[in-house]
Amino acid sequence: MQLRQIAHARSGDKGDISQISVIAFDEVAYKLISSQITTETIRELFGAVIHGKVERFELPHLGILNFVLYRALSTGVTRSLALDPHGKCFSSLLLEIPVKPYSVEDLDRKNSADSG
Amino acid sequence: MRPIRIGAGAGYSGDRIEPAVELVEDGGLDYLVFECLAERTIALAQKAKLHDGKAGFDPLLTERMMAVLPGCVKRGIRIITNMGAANPVEAAREVARTARKLGFAGLRVAAVTGDNVIDVLDPASELLERPGTVASLGNRIVSANAYLGIDGIVDALNMDAQVIVTGRISDPALFVAPLVHGFGWRRDDWAMLGQATVIGHLLECAGQVTGGYFADPGFKDVPDLARLGFPIAEVSADGCAVLTKVPQSGGRLTVATCKEQLVYEILDPAAYVQPDVIADFTHVRLAEIEKDRIAVSGGSGHARPERLKVSVGYRDSFVGEGQISYAGSGALARARLALDIVAERLKLTGVAMAESRFELIGVNAVDVRNDTVTSHEPREVRARVVARTDTMQDAVRIGNEVETLYTNGPAGGGGVTKSAKEVVAVVSTLIPRASVAPHVHIEVA
Repeated sequence: MQLRQIAHARSGDKGDISQISVIAFDEVAYKLISSQITTETIRELFGAVIHGKVERFELPHLGILNFVLYRALSTGVTRSLALDPHGKCFSSLLLEIPVKPYSVEDLDRKNSADSG
Repeated sequence: MRPIRIGAGAGYSGDRIEPAVELVEDGGLDYLVFECLAERTIALAQKAKLHDGKAGFDPLLTERMMAVLPGCVKRGIRIITNMGAANPVEAAREVARTARKLGFAGLRVAAVTGDNVIDVLDPASELLERPGTVASLGNRIVSANAYLGIDGIVDALNMDAQVIVTGRISDPALFVAPLVHGFGWRRDDWAMLGQATVIGHLLECAGQVTGGYFADPGFKDVPDLARLGFPIAEVSADGCAVLTKVPQSGGRLTVATCKEQLVYEILDPAAYVQPDVIADFTHVRLAEIEKDRIAVSGGSGHARPERLKVSVGYRDSFVGEGQISYAGSGALARARLALDIVAERLKLTGVAMAESRFELIGVNAVDVRNDTVTSHEPREVRARVVARTDTMQDAVRIGNEVETLYTNGPAGGGGVTKSAKEVVAVVSTLIPRASVAPHVHIEVA
């Protein structure tokens, strides 16, 4: 299944930094995205444009993951040659990635296995 | 103490005007805030001011004031805006002129200045986005504006200004200032200033929290976007807020729309650095109390930073661009041929390019990943050539080479557009707080 079916997203910019939030539609969806959407996922998808580090921040009680992509906007909106210099379309591209649809029971088992 | 009601009348310089008028008429507001100053807008405004000392403020200032001043004066709604851009004093004079024209002689209009730090910027100050110092930009600097906090606006409110026009001020501060003024919060009450920053951040992009920039048909539907209502925050003295909008206006205000806006353009949610506070969004709570009414609480904060961010605008380069469309069978092949021809022509005619892009809109211009293979032939595709040059002449030649495809390129090319411009780019640096002092200037209409 596509990430789009369980989460929504918005991207923004600060200078040469792109920021993409991923917001789960519910708690089960948050468990799925927090275990599956990692900084590596972001690198796999946008590696061609990221020239710096990628950070992930979590706001679990709101079901939000916030990704920060450094040096990812061709030096930033004021001088970038990109058609979408803000990287506003990144959020929609991210929502296309596949997510494995574990059942809640599977997830709990997986999470306890991971933490154990 | 009754709640304070603040409306967001604009989320950017070119925003719609009708939703602000609707807020004035039906929003029961105490304050109307217009956030109209993007990072690069002020650099461009400074450039305009270099040509004409009376220019450099928001191009829609007069139109917006004509639309909202009558209602605001009638209802006692005070207006706070950064539409002063590079020239708040001239903007305040323009607001006063507009007020006189509307018959509101005596109206007090404040200009908050002090953000222009071009004369006190330390040449040795390091740039934030890349290696180098302010000095490395040489004589290309056109502007340097520090992000001011709430102080100038609070002073202006204390001086009974009905309209307050600023230059570069942190966006949330436009909303935090009237709350600090109204509730008398201490300037070192970091938790309260942090919560107020959350409220300001949710409001600052106006329609983006009421369902604008949210709709995704079939997944996230939003009603009546053509009549999108802009947000209102009802803020209590304890800092808790309810976000809402005018009943019957378009759009939706939900926990989901607030979540998208809460982290929009935020890096570390635990440390959103502002001039007045380092806000902490970690424990923010959002709850729907009824349709289109969302309670916001739990924002917090830490002591304000000792240095302020400065946007430095500088003449960077020139950019030339040209586009042409192809459609029907073989559109992709003809568009690719068009790009190849332009690339070869630019080489043949000796156009020096520091950086360039040859793209097919509809195939690989926005989807920046390396995967440019399409599974199906697009019905139409637009070839785009854009390049950075050292001179305006070379920039103009980029678009011209695309245009000559009309009579010299592949079959069926249509709809050429071209442009060439000087780029005023922005980089950031920091300045000690002590080097920056806001000043309030009052104009009486």
